[in-house]
Amino acid sequence: MKTLSRIYTALIFLFLYSPIAVLVVFSFNNSRNRVKWNGFTLKWYADLFENELILESLKVTLTVAILAAVISTVIGTLAAIGIHGMNRKLRQTFLAVNNIPMVNPEIVTGISMMLMFVFVFRMTGLLRPGFFTLLLAHITFCIPYVVLQVMPKLRQMNRHLYEAAVDLGCPPVSAFFKVVLPEIFPGVLTGALMAFTMSLDDFVISYFNAGSTAQTLPVTVYSMTKKPMTPEINALSTLMFLAVLLLLILVNVAQIRDASKKGRKI
Amino acid sequence: MLLRFHAAGRDDIHHTPQETFYRKGGCIYMDSKNIIRLENISVSFDDQSVLQNLDLQISDGEFVTLLGPSGCGKTTTLRIIGGFLKPDSGSVFFDDQLVTDLPPHKRPVNTIFQRYALFPHLNVFDNVAFGMQVRKMKKEEIRERVEEMLRLVNLTGFEKRSVNTLSGGQQQRVAIARALAIHPRVLLLDEPLAALDLKLRKDMQAELKNIQKRLGITFIYVTHDQEEALSMSDTVVVMDSGKIQQIGTPQDIYNEPTNAFVADFIGESNILDGVMLSDYLVEFFGRKFSCLDSGFEPNEPVDVVIRPEDIDIVEPIKGDLVGTVTSVTFKGVHYETIVDFKGFKWMIQTTDFYDVDRTIGIKLNPEDIHIMKKSEYSGMFGDYSSYSEEFDEMADPEAALTGEEAEER
Ligand SMILES: Nc1ncnc2c1ncn2[C@@H]1O[C@H](COP(=O)(O)OP(=O)(O)OP(=O)(O)O)[C@@H](O)[C@H]1O
Ligand SMILES: [Mg+2]
Repeated sequence: MKTLSRIYTALIFLFLYSPIAVLVVFSFNNSRNRVKWNGFTLKWYADLFENELILESLKVTLTVAILAAVISTVIGTLAAIGIHGMNRKLRQTFLAVNNIPMVNPEIVTGISMMLMFVFVFRMTGLLRPGFFTLLLAHITFCIPYVVLQVMPKLRQMNRHLYEAAVDLGCPPVSAFFKVVLPEIFPGVLTGALMAFTMSLDDFVISYFNAGSTAQTLPVTVYSMTKKPMTPEINALSTLMFLAVLLLLILVNVAQIRDASKKGRKI
Repeated sequence: MLLRFHAAGRDDIHHTPQETFYRKGGCIYMDSKNIIRLENISVSFDDQSVLQNLDLQISDGEFVTLLGPSGCGKTTTLRIIGGFLKPDSGSVFFDDQLVTDLPPHKRPVNTIFQRYALFPHLNVFDNVAFGMQVRKMKKEEIRERVEEMLRLVNLTGFEKRSVNTLSGGQQQRVAIARALAIHPRVLLLDEPLAALDLKLRKDMQAELKNIQKRLGITFIYVTHDQEEALSMSDTVVVMDSGKIQQIGTPQDIYNEPTNAFVADFIGESNILDGVMLSDYLVEFFGRKFSCLDSGFEPNEPVDVVIRPEDIDIVEPIKGDLVGTVTSVTFKGVHYETIVDFKGFKWMIQTTDFYDVDRTIGIKLNPEDIHIMKKSEYSGMFGDYSSYSEEFDEMADPEAALTGEEAEER
């Protein structure tokens, strides 16, 4: 029975990761052939860093991801504090609303945002599709993840901590930074990392909201597949996979650290 | 250092000779000097009234206890004084200045929260120093005063410890040091000892009282433990369902309860229906008794309170009333004897043993009989007919609390 379940697990991992393994292996293949192995090379990686288009979209991706992570973390944390202070009925309503964008099909979110940006642009001339709309879209879909990471930290916090700080003469804003933020910081950090990863990762929403001036890396990869493909794509995809993997590991390590810290306290 | 603060905090006394003050039990009292005044305060949550037209005046330097059953509005009253809750109507005065709208960080009042609320990411030193750092005091002065405060609460040498590694009693001391370090005029304490075991609680009671006397700060103390309230306070405020039932010294509250609720909540009481025939003469159980109370209408129905420890047991023929013992419980200092008088059961505390089914007589002296006006609480308390040990334990808030605390750990 035990061996059976082991084999089953192994098979699942095989199915999940064999495509990625193939991708990684062939990113080092010294040939344009996508079937036959022709020896090891780093040529495709070198090419990658000479490709203007890719470098440009890498810059866009990182800029958007960093800005979106920072801004959505600030907004999401404030939102979580607001929701936390509500009475139970309102709080549950807001949390439900917060969850909708996460379960909503991305394509619906993407298209609806695009329609709205186009509408606003036609009516007012503001929000021309481009870098700014891309950033707005990313901030929007990142916020719910931040809220979801910060909420449990607020719930775990002794609700008198803030009051105690104010009681000792601390003005409200400074009480937040001195007492509340250190308490919820692990949640804020994982929220920010998660927002960064989600933004880096996103294709569908970026595809509809980037306009023609600001393409992110995943969108560029997609447009490259329309032309005759080069193994450059394999190399690029491998790098993106590794970057996201690294971030996910970071998020997990942060969470485990926090959990074990809590464990020690008790 | 401590003495300097003590004197500095009391400058007003020396400069206002027209105000009379006197010493009593080591505390300084001043006539006509309120530090806090609540006027006509009402609060409700979700249409449920929690405080109703509450009036309360607290004198400078007093140890005041708010005493009442769970949910009667003690914490709510404290939060209004601390500024964490705005009353729906009414005013809060501090030194005769209106502070109803003043936010908590601007009030010279500090709070000890029930769950301590120490800052978990700071060590003991930084917790105690917090309020002084907010006030941007000099580093040297902060260090000095933290040490002084830790000495005051017997925690010298704990500066570097993380507050998460402290025991409940130690955490409570840090909370007290933290609040006292910024020299508040008034300290609010919300059931500060509820989470401690009995022995530690007794020690801390004495220690708190000591600190209050030494610093001369006004303490407003919340508890639902009547013994704690009686032994620590200068003034006890008995509350029930959002209203103040009685304000007075512990002796007043015990000896002259104003209604059946107070009589029952503070200690044990036999409460009987009676009729005030004239001044100093009351009738109950079909007999006339002389008493010390006056000022009632002729033939006014009243509640009569007789404390179990005031009743003298005598031979049946010599007794004012004759009854039969139905149960006896040994309580260490005395026997708790339940006696049936014509179907109405009294509790009598006596050092002599009278066995079940024995017929006894009792003698009531005028000073043992306390008369109260009829109130909404009449007929609800003071009958020991359904009395049993089990019931007593269940109704004991302390027993209930210990169970709750145990679960939380
Ligand atoms: N924020 C709130 N929202 C709704 N109801 C509340 C709130 N705070 C207090 N109450 C209600 O007000 C009443 C009085 O509460 P309060 O905390 O003042 O009681 P308490 O005398 O301190 O009781 P305890 O001894 O149990 O602490 C209770 O019925 C409580 O349920
Ligand atoms: Mg309370």
